[in-house]
Amino acid sequence: MTETMAAGPIPYDILRLIWWALLGILLIGFAVLDGYDLGTAMLLPLVGRADAERRQIRETIEPNWEGHQVWFILGGGASFAAWPLLYAVSFSGFYIAMFLVLLSLIIRPVGFNFRDKLPNYRWREFWDWGLATGGFVASIVFGVAFGNLLLGVPFGFDSEMRISYAGGFFGLLNPFGLVSGILSVLMLAMHGGAWLAMKTDGAVALRAGHAARLCGVAAAVVFALAGWWVAAGIDGYALVGVVSHTGPSDPLAKGVTRAAGAWLANYHIHPPLLAAPALGVAGALLVALIPVGRARKLAFLASAVAVAGIVATTGISLFPFLLPSSTHPEMSLTVWDASSSQLTLFVMLLATAILLPIILAYTAFALGVMRGKVRLADVAQRESRY
Amino acid sequence: MIDPTVVELSRLQFALTALYHFLFVPLTLGLSLLLAIMESVYVMTRRPIWREMTQFWGILFGINFAMGVATGITMEFQFGTNWAYYSQYVGDIFGAPLALEGLMAFFLEASFVGLFFFGWDRLPRLGHLAVTWLVAIGSNLSALWILIANGWMQNPVGGQFNAATMRMELTSFYDLVFNPVAQAKVVHTVSAGYVTGSIFVLAISAYYLLRGRHVAIAKRSLTVAASFGLASALSVVVLGDESGYLETVNQKLKLAAMEAMWETKPAPASLTLFGLPDLATHTTRYAIEIPWVLGLIATRSLDTPVEGIAPLIAEGRKHIEDGLVAYRALLALRQNPNDAASRATLTKGTGDLGYALLLRRYTANVLDATPAQIDAAANDLIPDVPVLFWGFRVMAGLGFYFIALFATAFFLASTRRLDRRWFLRVALLSLPLPWIAAELGWVVAEYGRQPWAVEGILPTFLGASSVSVGAVLASIAGFVMFYSALAVTDVALMSRAIRRGPPPPRKAGPA
Repeated sequence: MTETMAAGPIPYDILRLIWWALLGILLIGFAVLDGYDLGTAMLLPLVGRADAERRQIRETIEPNWEGHQVWFILGGGASFAAWPLLYAVSFSGFYIAMFLVLLSLIIRPVGFNFRDKLPNYRWREFWDWGLATGGFVASIVFGVAFGNLLLGVPFGFDSEMRISYAGGFFGLLNPFGLVSGILSVLMLAMHGGAWLAMKTDGAVALRAGHAARLCGVAAAVVFALAGWWVAAGIDGYALVGVVSHTGPSDPLAKGVTRAAGAWLANYHIHPPLLAAPALGVAGALLVALIPVGRARKLAFLASAVAVAGIVATTGISLFPFLLPSSTHPEMSLTVWDASSSQLTLFVMLLATAILLPIILAYTAFALGVMRGKVRLADVAQRESRY
Repeated sequence: MIDPTVVELSRLQFALTALYHFLFVPLTLGLSLLLAIMESVYVMTRRPIWREMTQFWGILFGINFAMGVATGITMEFQFGTNWAYYSQYVGDIFGAPLALEGLMAFFLEASFVGLFFFGWDRLPRLGHLAVTWLVAIGSNLSALWILIANGWMQNPVGGQFNAATMRMELTSFYDLVFNPVAQAKVVHTVSAGYVTGSIFVLAISAYYLLRGRHVAIAKRSLTVAASFGLASALSVVVLGDESGYLETVNQKLKLAAMEAMWETKPAPASLTLFGLPDLATHTTRYAIEIPWVLGLIATRSLDTPVEGIAPLIAEGRKHIEDGLVAYRALLALRQNPNDAASRATLTKGTGDLGYALLLRRYTANVLDATPAQIDAAANDLIPDVPVLFWGFRVMAGLGFYFIALFATAFFLASTRRLDRRWFLRVALLSLPLPWIAAELGWVVAEYGRQPWAVEGILPTFLGASSVSVGAVLASIAGFVMFYSALAVTDVALMSRAIRRGPPPPRKAGPA
């Protein structure tokens, strides 16, 4: 049956590599674009005090956050289509964590739209804190999940490929997972702070600028600490023997070993890859170094580079692993044995090659329409746009 | 091992969250297009009242859209969280339209919906009109791709089972997209959305006219809704009929259950208009029959019989027995991938493999299934007859009612008699009906597909994740609480916005 299958003109191993990169691009797109929405939401009740300030903050993200969120939805959809085993194991294995992410994302569309519909103080406080909590919970859970990818997750398959998962939600909350969660919160709070410092004026811009600098230096320190931990304290995973890069996606047929420092192997083989963690640290430090009120666009750009670098570091360290199994290392999901068929990868690549540039173009257009600062004086004069 | 409690709870959660999500989807589909039509009139005539209409219905659209997005994220997550085996078994095919929905539709509607609200003063007239149309097109494209995915669950074409990866894999993207079941479903469902949007506008406009408020806006809105609604209601019924015809090709049992047709009817089959399906005796009591009609609808001919439940079950039993042969070959092939004889047997019987999996409900080792277990599995093929019989009749009856309602509205609007209070009252009272029809449509389509997740390929109970009962109970409890609170809020905000009505006209120039 395999041999009768229609194949595309691009070799299977190349397609798998491209889809690994595309998954990374989607996650980075999500972290860079929706990341500042999540960070802004976290900072909302802390940086904004008066009602008008709160609305000023919200209006920096209200017109565009919905489009940004699709990067995450598409990350889920693309892993369903291109990496179905990864989608199945991660979403069912992280059941409660995913449910928490879901609730924190669900609260956003209603929180933005409903908040200004009633002129009631408690009503508005409720939605502001709901958005902030949602931003915090989503950020920390994403970080915890990524940290646990590096540790390995307790799953395996039976003979008909049914997943077994030998862990629960609290198993994810181990020390390294929590440090990763904290890193994620700091990173996105820095990003939201840099965004607000650029997009607002007055007291909000000042407070946001201080928050961004503080979170920037903390994120750089925690990221460096996590890097040291990965190098010195965590056993990475490595493939053993020859693994076919073009075989059918059967994750049961390979050898895997665990070894200290294995997650650094890719940087030894290809030193230029060290650019990713370096940009992560450098970007965050630059955010911290730029004085409040100066070079706000540069600070936001540095923040975006830091976010991209930190997310990319995780993916590059894991490669070729997507999801290592701590209980059945030989059943770990890798780029070479967890993908969709060659035809599906090819068709979806064609669609993505056509549609992604269009998406980037109108995302830029939509952000361009809303360019410029949201000024407190303007906001205070009029009602909400919703 | 599959825990039956997890399966039942996961089905309950999926049904609850999908039915809830589908309260908001049809209105988004219909209202987005109505907004685009109203704003087009504004741009063409430059009369500010059409802009006020667009903005007023836009407020209600916004509340509903937020709920649709919020509850839609759940659906995208849920395949992975609760139906992991389903996801890995068919993700190679089913995942593609879902990802395309994200690429082609979600990005479009989500990127422009913000500009719809925030762009009035920042975009030129034509620019804002383009934004509104792009939101409407995005919503409709979303329906297209999700129904291509759903159409594949009803009529799985363009794929093949691969023993090496233990899953279904794509063989023809063209067949997947141009699946006739999917195409009929798209137009039927999208039109149902337009009907929902039109009745929403019709009923609320009628409310204003009854109270003598916002008369100018209400009359214009009612006229737009009447003409758009009439075309859509006709389209729903015609394409619903097409879906029924296609079910005779691959979902004969669903059709037989919808008609409570226990035995094969000689050609041309009569249509049972009403009756009481009796599960104990497998008969339909007090049936009122219309000769010939079912034969015409279901087979488009006068000489083809429509098969009943009993002979279809006998056929199903045969499929299970053939499926066991394919299943034995699959096990041999998993042991030795080079076993050419087993490969040939599996290739030949691959269409029946799913039927053997039905036995997994009764025995872990399906090859040792007893004749009694095979009988039980064959009987599982019968969907829930009374629910389908009545669900279908209420939905179809409402479909014809909507045609009459819109035709009346259209007649009254075009003869300038929109002050008829009896009609306005009927229009207002019709407000909940399109939601009832839409939800029943979902029930007939999805509950009627049981016991299959993917017709003939994968039984629903096999698709569930290996998660704990406690975890699923926790998420159901969370959804019920969260969604109930949202429902109360949604209805309260909608009612408040409707009671307040359109804001007084803004002065010319930038606000």
